[in-house]
Amino acid sequence: MRADEILLSAQDLSVRFGGVLAVNKVSFELRRGEVFTLIGPNGAGKTTVFNLISRIYQPTGGRIDYLGQPLTTVPPHRVAGLGIARTFQNIELFEHATVLQNLLIGRHLRHSRRLWAELLFLPAVREAERQTRRKVEEVIEFLDLQHYRDTLVAGLPYGVRKVVELARALAMEPRLLLLDEPSSGLNAEETGDMAFWIQDIQQLLGITVLMVEHDMSLVSRVSDRVLAMSQGEVLALGTPAEVQAHPGVIEAYLGSADDASSLRRAVA
Amino acid sequence: MRFIFKTSYDQDIALAKHGGHRFWYGLLLLALAAAPWTLDEYWLAQLTFVLIYGIVGLGLMLLAGFTGLFSLGHAAFLGVGAYTEAVLAAQGWPFPLSIAMAALLSAAVGAVVGLPALRVKGIYLGLATLSFAFIVEEGLARWESVTGGNAGKMVGAMQARIGDWGWTVDSAEGFYAVCLLLAITCTLAVLNLLRAPTGRAFVAIRDSEISAQSMGIHLAYYKTLSFAISAALAGIGGALYAHKIRFLSPDQFSVLQSIDLLLMVVIGGPGSVHGAFLGAAFLITMPQLIALVKDGLPAAIGQAPGLQGAVYGLVLIAFVLFEPLGIYGRWVKVRTWLQLFPFYRRGLFKRQKAFQKSDRLK
Repeated sequence: MRADEILLSAQDLSVRFGGVLAVNKVSFELRRGEVFTLIGPNGAGKTTVFNLISRIYQPTGGRIDYLGQPLTTVPPHRVAGLGIARTFQNIELFEHATVLQNLLIGRHLRHSRRLWAELLFLPAVREAERQTRRKVEEVIEFLDLQHYRDTLVAGLPYGVRKVVELARALAMEPRLLLLDEPSSGLNAEETGDMAFWIQDIQQLLGITVLMVEHDMSLVSRVSDRVLAMSQGEVLALGTPAEVQAHPGVIEAYLGSADDASSLRRAVA
Repeated sequence: MRFIFKTSYDQDIALAKHGGHRFWYGLLLLALAAAPWTLDEYWLAQLTFVLIYGIVGLGLMLLAGFTGLFSLGHAAFLGVGAYTEAVLAAQGWPFPLSIAMAALLSAAVGAVVGLPALRVKGIYLGLATLSFAFIVEEGLARWESVTGGNAGKMVGAMQARIGDWGWTVDSAEGFYAVCLLLAITCTLAVLNLLRAPTGRAFVAIRDSEISAQSMGIHLAYYKTLSFAISAALAGIGGALYAHKIRFLSPDQFSVLQSIDLLLMVVIGGPGSVHGAFLGAAFLITMPQLIALVKDGLPAAIGQAPGLQGAVYGLVLIAFVLFEPLGIYGRWVKVRTWLQLFPFYRRGLFKRQKAFQKSDRLK
C-alpha cells in the first residue's frame, strides 16, 4: 500500500486508566475514502480509541499519525482544524439552540473571527455569515433536515437528533468522520436511512469514515473493512464477512464452546 | 400568528426579523428618547438606574446566560469600573477616555478572574468568584490613598474638557442621554456578538463543552473572553454608576450587590438580552413597590427589618419554581397566547426531560 493512501494510522496504541488497560497495543491503518468499522462487545475499548483520536484522552503508549504527522501532540481543540469531525455515542448537541444554529457552530473554524469586526458586525462579517449559511444549507439539503431547520434541539425526537449531529459534523467539511454508534437508538427504518447516508458520505462527499457500530447488518452493508476488538485488544481485521466468520470474534460475542457446554442442561 | 416568508439569508441575519420588531423597538426608542420631557425628575433618575444596571446585567447575562459560567462576584467588576472612573475623573481625564479605561481595566481583571473558570465549574466557580469579590471589597477598603477607604470617595460631574473647550454634564437629562446612548451601544454590540461566531461559541460552551471542543472551539480562550467582555460591560456600568451616585464606598460593592446582580439575571430571564433590562427594571422598581405597599401592611410586617430581602427571596423562589425562564420567558408565553388565540395549549412550552446527556468528561 502506498504511503499517501493512508489517512490515519495507529501503532501499538495503549491507554491505561489506573489498573485498567482499556486499549492494549492496537494498530490499524485507515485508508483514504474507506468506511472502517470498529466492533466488539461492550467495554472492548472502541469509544476509547475514538477519544484517543479526538485527543480527549492522552495515550500512555504508542502513536497516532494523521496524514503522516503525529496527532498525539496536537491539543484537543486543534483536532477539528485538521479535518477530523466526530459524533458522540450519547448525542452532544447544543440543546438550547436551533438545528440551524447547531450547524452554524459546526462551521466555527471555517469562519474568520475578529472580535472587533463582530462587535460592530462589519460588512465582512455579514458576508461571511451568508457564506456560512450557504454551506450549512447544502448540508441541510443533503440530510433532508429542511423541516427541522428552526426547531430547538431540545424538542426534537431522538432519531432526528442523531441526524442533526451527523449534519453538524458534516458542516465542518471534514476529511475524516468519526461516528460513534450512528444507529444506536434508531428504529429499523432510521437505521436504513443512516446506512444510505453513510454510503453517500463516502461516495459523494469522498469523506473517510471511521465508526463504532453494533448493528451487524449496518456494518456489513457499509463497511469496507472491520476491526474487531475485545478487552482492549485487536481480535481480527478484514472484510465484514471475514471478521464475522473469525472464531475469536464469535467467541468474544458468544463465549467459547466450553463456556456454553457448562450452561447446557443434561438431556433428561 | 405571524408567518414570515423568507426569501433571503439576510432575513435570518438581521436583528429586526420583521416589521413588527421594527415598529415596536422603534416605538420603545422614541419613548426612551422622549423620557426627559415626559418623566419627572424622580422617575428619570430611576430610568437612568435601570439603564446602568441593564448594562451591567447585559455583561452578566453574556457570562451566565450565554456562556453558562456563573459569577457570584460581579459587584467587584462594577467596583473596579466605578473606582477607576472616580480616580481618573478626579485627575481630569475626559469622560470618553476614562470610561474606556474603566472598561479595559475591568476586562483585564475579568480575564484574570476567568482563569479559575478554565478549571472549575458550577458551584465551585461561584465560590472562586465570590472569594475574589471579597478580596476586591477588602482591597477597596484598605487602599485608602486611592479609594479613600471606608470614608468613601466623592465623584465629580461627568466632564470632557481640554482647557476651555469641551462639555460638562451636570443636568439629569444630559446624564440620562449619555446612559441611553451607552446602553444602546452596548446592547447592539452584544447582539452583534451573539449572531456572530464568537456568540455561537459561547452558547456551544454553555450547552456542551466536550462537543464545543470537538468543533474546534478553544475553550480556554472563549471562557476568558466571555469573562473579559462581561467584566468590561460591568466596568462601563460601574463608571456610570459612579457619576450617578457621586459618592463611592466599598460597602456598595459587597456580596449583597453581587447577589442582586445575579438575581437580576435570573429573574429577568437567563439566556435572553431582554432579560437583562427586564431584570434591571425589576431590581430598581421593587424597593419602590415595597415602600408603597409597606404602609398598608400591619406594623409587625410592614416595619419589620429585612422586609425587602424577604420579598426578594420569595420572588426568586417563585421564579425558580414557576417560571425558570424569568420575566422574559413569561412574556414570550403571553405573546404566544395572544398570537395563537384561541388555540393556545397549556403544554406548549413543556419540554420533555432529556436523560441522555453523556457523563461529562471532566
